Amino acid sequence: MSDMTAAVSGAQRRRIFVNRRTKTILFAALIFFVILGVYLSGALLSDDLIQADFSKKALKPSLEHPFGTDLLGRDMLVRTVKGLSVSISVGMIASSVSAVIALFVGVAAATGRSWLDHFINWVIDLVMGIPHTVLLILISFACGKGLKGVLIGVAVTHWTGLARIIRSEVLQIGSQQYIGVSKKLGHSSWWITVHHILPHMVPQFIIGLILLFPHAIMHESGLTFLGFGLSPEQPAIGIILSESMKYLSSGMWWLAFFPGLMLVVIVLLFDRLGENMKKILDPYSAHE
Amino acid sequence: MKNKYYLKLTGKYLLRMVTLLIAVSIISFLLVSMSPVDPVQQYVGAVPNVSMEQRAKIAEYWGLNDPPVERFFAWGRSVLQGDFGVSLIYRRPVLDIIKEKFVTSLALMAAAWLFSGIIGFTVGCVMGAFHGKGPDKVLKKVCLIMCSIPTFWIGIVFLMVFSVKLGWFPMGMSVPKGVPTDQVTILQRIHHLILPALTLSFLSFANVALHTREKLVDVLESEYVMFAKARGESKWSILKRHGLRNIMLPAVTMQFGSFSELFGGSVLAENVFSYPGLGAAASAAGMGSDVPLLLGITLFSALFVFVGNMLANIIYGVVDPQIREGYRNE
Repeated sequence: MSDMTAAVSGAQRRRIFVNRRTKTILFAALIFFVILGVYLSGALLSDDLIQADFSKKALKPSLEHPFGTDLLGRDMLVRTVKGLSVSISVGMIASSVSAVIALFVGVAAATGRSWLDHFINWVIDLVMGIPHTVLLILISFACGKGLKGVLIGVAVTHWTGLARIIRSEVLQIGSQQYIGVSKKLGHSSWWITVHHILPHMVPQFIIGLILLFPHAIMHESGLTFLGFGLSPEQPAIGIILSESMKYLSSGMWWLAFFPGLMLVVIVLLFDRLGENMKKILDPYSAHE
Repeated sequence: MKNKYYLKLTGKYLLRMVTLLIAVSIISFLLVSMSPVDPVQQYVGAVPNVSMEQRAKIAEYWGLNDPPVERFFAWGRSVLQGDFGVSLIYRRPVLDIIKEKFVTSLALMAAAWLFSGIIGFTVGCVMGAFHGKGPDKVLKKVCLIMCSIPTFWIGIVFLMVFSVKLGWFPMGMSVPKGVPTDQVTILQRIHHLILPALTLSFLSFANVALHTREKLVDVLESEYVMFAKARGESKWSILKRHGLRNIMLPAVTMQFGSFSELFGGSVLAENVFSYPGLGAAASAAGMGSDVPLLLGITLFSALFVFVGNMLANIIYGVVDPQIREGYRNE
């Protein structure tokens, strides 16, 4: 009611009225461009900017170097942005693979035979039964450490939650009347899955994919911090933080503080983006 | 009747545990044998002048030339007899190391677990009780931010603020340096435990609080609470009589189900604080290619998580009359 009066008075005053949905879309777009900006600037900044320069060793944060410099005289801001860019691309690849696995497994569990369903549930319990970090260490060890291990590790450990959600969604849709009608009309179960079930999965899939990002990024940096992930030459937040551990007692707080804070900001941005996409795409949360 | 039910339940759990452990050991063994790291090279390590023949002999002695399936059964047989092999980095039996490290880790994990459970639940209740008002909005934002903070970073920040700047807490480890183990007082141990435990509880604390809030809001919006309000019950008595009782169970289940995250978090927290526990041993085993220890810890962590989930289910069954009746009628 109040919305309507607001709209009417808005129209009377010939002002642009922005409703909640538009606001959400604008906000989501803003977050998206911020993340894209961080990613692109990290990917495009040349490596010359983080060349060692011993004349600028261990400087405190200043206007010239907002995040300070490290013991090799490298600008921490550039290193952080480059590290975040690597984190974002690792997160993107790993969570896309993970979400696709979740989609396939979830749909297969819900539409397949009952033994398949039992088996998939058992596998999910199994993956959830080993602590993520331990499983990640194992997989990284199996791949001989490095980027490949992180990508595979994060991709194969994160699909379980989303697969469960998709499975229950598909089961719920499968019991709807129009699916029954479609069956009676003689459509195959494959046809029904593609035409009636998968389109309903699109919002869940996209939201789930975006909400996997924060976990993927945190696990990537955690694994790198432990020494299993990216190699020390690569710029990565985990590397920066584990380096800073060596100089903690010397009071060089900026080495760890800002890079970690930026990681938190990126994780939060992805989380907000996911929640906003939920409001845009999911009709149930749209009317909250 | 009752005995039969408990027997059935125990059997079910035993069967599940055995299949889980078998599957975990197969998967972890498979992963470890896929590794490109050469175990002989790792074992020989820095020792110079180890000839090719000697290396071949070690490989032969370890049975590295046998097919993986045979090796798996050989390993499985000795594990069943309680022999997990000898750790390469500690040069001691794996089982002894796991026992010793787990006791140290247990203190840390238990402290963090209790802390996040109690404070998280309390904060969640406050948020739920003030649903939609100022305190709720502020606390909810704080919790959402806390959820996004990586364990290892907050550990470093704690170290920088409380150990380096303020000097309130030691810089890590579980005991003071240069003091024989038998002379370490319990107060010193607790002093070393506080920061790592706070770090470890940081992430799950926010989760517990948000979850509790959600449940409490659901309960407070229900019709029986509205009826209680209509009867003139005070806010506190509604919270005590209707709220707490109904949200206690999900909170307990969640708390016991968090063993997996607790263990995973302890790997990171123990590394930041150089705390000599099982988590630090796990990453050291991975870094040092200590295959027997890595396999042992993986199996142990799976067992640990399983026990947590089992306890959650059992407590649920004991405490919740609905579920108890449900099982009987099954």
